[in-house]
Amino acid sequence: MSQISGAQAIVKCLLEENVDTIFGYPGGAVIDLYDELSNCPDLTHVLVRHEQAAVHAADGYARVTGEVGVALLTSGPGATNGVTGIATAYMDSIPIVILTGQVPTPLIGNDAFQEVDIVGITRPCTKHNYLVNSKEELVEVMREAFHVARTGRPGPVLVDLPKDIIKDGIEFEDRKPIRMQSYQPNYEPHMGQVEKACRLITEARKPVLYVGGGVILSDGATELTELATKLNIPVTMTLMGLGAFPGHHELSMGMLGMHGTYTANMAVAESDLLISVGARFDDRVTGKLDTFATNAKIIHIDIDPTSISKNVKVDVPIVADCKKALTAMNSWFNNQQDISVEAEKAKHQDWFNKITNWQELHPLGYQDEGEQIKPQYVVEMLDKLTNGDAIVATEVGQHQMWAAQFYRFSDPRRFLTSGGLGTMGYGFPAAIGAKLARPDKICIDIAGDGSIQMNIQELATARQYNTPVKIAILNNQFLGMVRQWQELFYDKRYASTVMDIAPDFVKLAQAYGAVGLRATKKSEVEDVIKEALAVDNTVLMDFKISREEGVFPMVPAGKSNTEMLLV
Amino acid sequence: MKHTLSVLLQNKPGVLSRVTGLFSGRGFNIESLCVAETLDPKVSCLTVITKGDNAIIEQITKQLHKLIDVIKVVDIDEGEFVEREMVLIRVNAEEHTRAEVLRIIDIFRGKVVDVSPNSYAIEVTGSSSKIEAIIDILRPIGIQEIVRTGKIAIARGRASKKGVT
Ligand SMILES: Cc1ncc(C[n+]2csc(CCOP(=O)(O)OP(=O)(O)O)c2C)c(N)n1
Ligand SMILES: [Mg+2]
Repeated sequence: MSQISGAQAIVKCLLEENVDTIFGYPGGAVIDLYDELSNCPDLTHVLVRHEQAAVHAADGYARVTGEVGVALLTSGPGATNGVTGIATAYMDSIPIVILTGQVPTPLIGNDAFQEVDIVGITRPCTKHNYLVNSKEELVEVMREAFHVARTGRPGPVLVDLPKDIIKDGIEFEDRKPIRMQSYQPNYEPHMGQVEKACRLITEARKPVLYVGGGVILSDGATELTELATKLNIPVTMTLMGLGAFPGHHELSMGMLGMHGTYTANMAVAESDLLISVGARFDDRVTGKLDTFATNAKIIHIDIDPTSISKNVKVDVPIVADCKKALTAMNSWFNNQQDISVEAEKAKHQDWFNKITNWQELHPLGYQDEGEQIKPQYVVEMLDKLTNGDAIVATEVGQHQMWAAQFYRFSDPRRFLTSGGLGTMGYGFPAAIGAKLARPDKICIDIAGDGSIQMNIQELATARQYNTPVKIAILNNQFLGMVRQWQELFYDKRYASTVMDIAPDFVKLAQAYGAVGLRATKKSEVEDVIKEALAVDNTVLMDFKISREEGVFPMVPAGKSNTEMLLV
Repeated sequence: MKHTLSVLLQNKPGVLSRVTGLFSGRGFNIESLCVAETLDPKVSCLTVITKGDNAIIEQITKQLHKLIDVIKVVDIDEGEFVEREMVLIRVNAEEHTRAEVLRIIDIFRGKVVDVSPNSYAIEVTGSSSKIEAIIDILRPIGIQEIVRTGKIAIARGRASKKGVT
C-alpha cells in the first residue's frame, strides 16, 4: 500500500463521511491541511471571519440536514475562539466534528507558540474529544469521531491534530465497521415498557404530549404526529422541539415554560398523564419543580439515560430512540385487539374542549398601537410571507422568544436557536450554514440589535459565498430581555442594557456589499419584507420596534408555571 | 449514604480527568479514588467512594456510563464485597518505645518496611476502620508522616455483579 500524507488521509476521511462543506479559518498549525483542501474539488471550504462563526455555521448545517457538520480551526486562539460554538452545540445535542490544529507532537506541553490544551478545555463541553497521539491512529480517530458525533444522543466531537501528524506519511486502510468496546448506544425500546406506557395512555383522560428536540434529532416528527392525531392528544413543544409538530394544528398548544402559552402551561399543570418525548425537564420548562405537573403520571422517552429521572421522578422510563419508541407505540395501538383507537380518541374529547376554551380565552397576543412597529407583528408578517416554511435562525433575547411564539413552524429542522446555552451571536452564522446546506429554502435570522453585533462580521462571509440570508433585526436599542427583567424585578433600573449607540445597520450592510432596508412604521413592514425576499443578496432589515415591548406570558424564574404574568 | 463504585475504563491518556472532571463539574463528591491497570493492560479499574442519596448515585452511575471511555460501572455496595486500604506510617521509635511499636504492628499484622535510628516506616493493610484504629493507637507515640492509598474493593464470589447500563 502506498503512503499518503496525514492531510490527504483527513480529506479522504471527510469524503468517506459524505462531507461536502466545511467551515473554517486557517493558521500555521493547519496550513498543510488547507493546502490539501485546495486540491480537493469535492469539498467546499467556507472561510468565515471568526472561528466562533465556523462552529455555529457547521451547527446550523447539521440542524437542517441531520448530517454531521464540520469545522476546521487552527491551534491556540483559533481553537479557543471556537469554544462557545462547541458548548452551544453540546447543550443542544448537535452532531458536529471540530478539527483543530495542534503544535507538533514533540512540542506539546512546552508552552509552544499558539499551543493550548484544547482537549482539556473542551472536555466538559464535547460529547467526546481526541488528541491524535500518533499517525497510526489518525484514520481510526477520524472515523470514530464521526461515529460518536452522529450516533446515540448526538453531540460535538473534537479532534486535535498535531502538525507533524498532518504532515507525516501514513498507510490509509479501508473502512471497516466501527466497534467500540465502551460505546454502544441503545436505540431499541423495551417492549414491556412500551406496553406499560400505552396502557397508561388508555387510563388517562387528560394526557399531554410534551416534546423536545429529541424528536427532531431522531427524525420522529411523522411518528409523533401520527400518535397525537390517532389518539387526539394535545401537544406542547419545548423551544428545541418547535417544528416537531405542525404549529397550526388544532392539537398544537405551542411552547410551554417560562414564555410558553397560557394553554400549554395550564394543560401541563392539570394533566393526568405527561408523555415526554425527547425533552429533558429543563428549568426554563418546568418552572418551580415541586409544582410542575403534580397531578400527572409521567412517561419519559429519551435516548440518554441520564436525562431520565434527573429532575423529575418518572413512572415509565423508556430509554430509546424517540422515533423507534413512537413507532412502537403507534403499532401497539394499531394492533391491540382489546383497544379501539376511536374509543381512545373519544376519551379525550372533554379535555380537548377545555384546551380549546383556554386557547380562546388567552391566545398569544399583543397590543397594536397605531404606526408603532410591534415585534410580534414583524414575526407574524415573516411567517405569512414565507408560508411558515422558511428556515428561521435566531439570536438570543426577546426576539428569540417572539420568533418561537409567533412563527408557526409546520416542519422540523426549520428552527435554529441556541436553546441550552442561549448564545447571542449564534443565529447569523447558523443561518449561513443552513442556507449553504439548503439553497432552495428561504433562510432568515431573526435578530436583536445587541446579538447581531456579536457576529456581524459574517456579513463578509455571506457576501463571499453569495449566501442570500435575510437578517431581520427587531431593533429596540436595548438588550431587551435583560431590560425586561430589570423592568419587572429591579424597579426599572436599566443598568448597562441601553444600546442606543449602535451603527447605522443599513449603511453597515451596504458597506459589506449587502442590502440594507429599514422600517420605522408599521405600514412599511410588509413592503420591506417583500423586498428583502425578492432580492438575491444578503439583506439586513432594520425594524425599529416599540422599545419597551415585553415578552408575555412570563413565568418569573423560580415561580410555578401557573403563575404567569399575562399581557 | 456512602457508595463504592468500581469503574472499568479504557486505559488511555486523559481518561482519569474525564472522570474527575465529571465529579467536579456536576458537584458530585469524591471521598477517595484509586486507579490502576487491570489484567487487560488496555483497561484500568477505578474505585471511587462517593456520597449521596439514591437519586444522586443513580445520576453518578449514569453519567459515568455516558463517558465514551467508560466500559462498565458497578455499584459494589449492591452485593457482598471485600474492601481494603493500605497505609504507610512513619512513627517515632525511640529506645523506650520500640518494643511497644513492634507489638502494636504485630497485633495489626503490619510490617516494618524501613528503619532509621529513631523511626520505623510501617505498612498496614485492612478495612478503613482497621487503618483508623492503628493510626489512633500510634498517634500518642508520635506519627511523623502518613500516606494512605484510598480504598479498593472487590465483589465476593464470582465476578458477576451487574453492570449499570
Ligand atoms: C453571549 C451572551 N452574552 C450575554 C447573554 C445574556 N443575554 C441574554 S438576552 C440578552 C439581550 C439580548 O439583546 P438583543 O440581542 O438586542 O435582543 P432583545 O432581547 O433586545 O430582543 C443578553 C445580554 C447571552 N445570552 N449571551
Ligand atoms: Mg435588542
